[in-house]
Amino acid sequence: MISKTVDNVQDALKGVKNDMTFMLGGFGLCGIPENAIAELVQLGIKDITCISNNAGVDDFGLGLLLQKHQIKKMISSYVGENDEFERQMLSGELEVELTPQGTLAEKCRAAQSGFPAFYTPAGYGTEVAEGKESREFNGKMYVLEEAFQADFSFVKAWKGDEAGNLIFKGTARNFNPCMCGAAKITVAEVEELVPAGELNPNEIHIPGIFVQRIFQGEHYEKRIEQRTVRPK
Amino acid sequence: MLDKNGIAKRIAQEVKDGFYVNLGIGIPTLVANFVRDDINVEFQSENGVLGMGPFPLEGEEDADIINAGKQTITTLPGASFFDSALSFSMIRGKHVDLTILGAMEVAENGDIANWKIPGKMVKGMGGAMDLVASADNIIVAMMHTNRAGESKLLKKCSLPLTGVGCVTKIVTNLAVLEIVPGGFLLKERAPGVSIEDIKKATEGTLIVTGDVPEMLI
Repeated sequence: MISKTVDNVQDALKGVKNDMTFMLGGFGLCGIPENAIAELVQLGIKDITCISNNAGVDDFGLGLLLQKHQIKKMISSYVGENDEFERQMLSGELEVELTPQGTLAEKCRAAQSGFPAFYTPAGYGTEVAEGKESREFNGKMYVLEEAFQADFSFVKAWKGDEAGNLIFKGTARNFNPCMCGAAKITVAEVEELVPAGELNPNEIHIPGIFVQRIFQGEHYEKRIEQRTVRPK
Repeated sequence: MLDKNGIAKRIAQEVKDGFYVNLGIGIPTLVANFVRDDINVEFQSENGVLGMGPFPLEGEEDADIINAGKQTITTLPGASFFDSALSFSMIRGKHVDLTILGAMEVAENGDIANWKIPGKMVKGMGGAMDLVASADNIIVAMMHTNRAGESKLLKKCSLPLTGVGCVTKIVTNLAVLEIVPGGFLLKERAPGVSIEDIKKATEGTLIVTGDVPEMLI
């Protein structure tokens, strides 16, 4: 067994620097790497490019990095829930590259899988396709999209073992599996870290080969953005 | 004239037995409330769930189980969770039978705009560009006019496009329309709404042939 375990978030984030590009898992605030984000805030590194489906809310998730003006560029599909984000974007302080959600996921997966680029129908004929190669296949038009290149991936899983194997829960899975192995170094934080052999190999979502560092996360808030219930 | 629930109720009639359906945020989400209970339908949410159920009972919400609108949800027997790449494989690969989404503008050639107002509002396209570029069966649910009273059914979209030539059907508070070569074909009128009312509220080419029936809802 090749151990991927590190003791804490500080060790897990060793090597992060200004001007780097990071992938961060999560959809809204669901399944975000809360510990890694908190440590990035703590480290105070600047001018980072974040690849993340959303940008958090004003006071949680990536919103915490935005507040401190640590983000230079965001690559996201939807950024609607964050006033500070909108302000920084409209004022030009923050560079934003909006990417269709399926394209965003596939650009991660392509990086994970060794594909430099792929064709997708999403965005053809829109401003998203401007400056990109388009090509017809079987009578339909497609846009060439390139794989992401990133320095670190920060993902959050439900359970993981010393070997870096991961299991996700519910819709907290989202972009996390696609980002594993899609950057030079993948850092996984988990709610429950167990010894190798405790997870059933049949139930692993992401094999440890895609993960370089794994650590036991702490104090998960798991904030709900839109608590919607039926009365009992 | 219909309200938002009325629009959702009419669209629910388009949902057939055995369909996998993706519902967008807003009026489309309401469609689930009106689907007949004697048919089997599974709702897909692009953040990674198939087989969505109703909202959870108070106290039973789980932060790890949400829909694409970030609302807490439940799942039904037979449900599954998956990652974002696989979710869009379902969508791009045309495994989803029906997509229902909202729009700011629809053009008479089937172009749709629903993600950006330059200089004002930029929330992003989310999964909308992937959905409209891939699905064969796209229904737009929206009000016929915007808050300023201007038509949302246009000759040509004025806002940045989400997709080109992709919308097949539109259900508004005034009418059911289909995109056909040449314009918006008026199929049904909302209760109490005249053809004249619909003409007035439609900037794009409206095609009226024969008697246009009133919707049955």
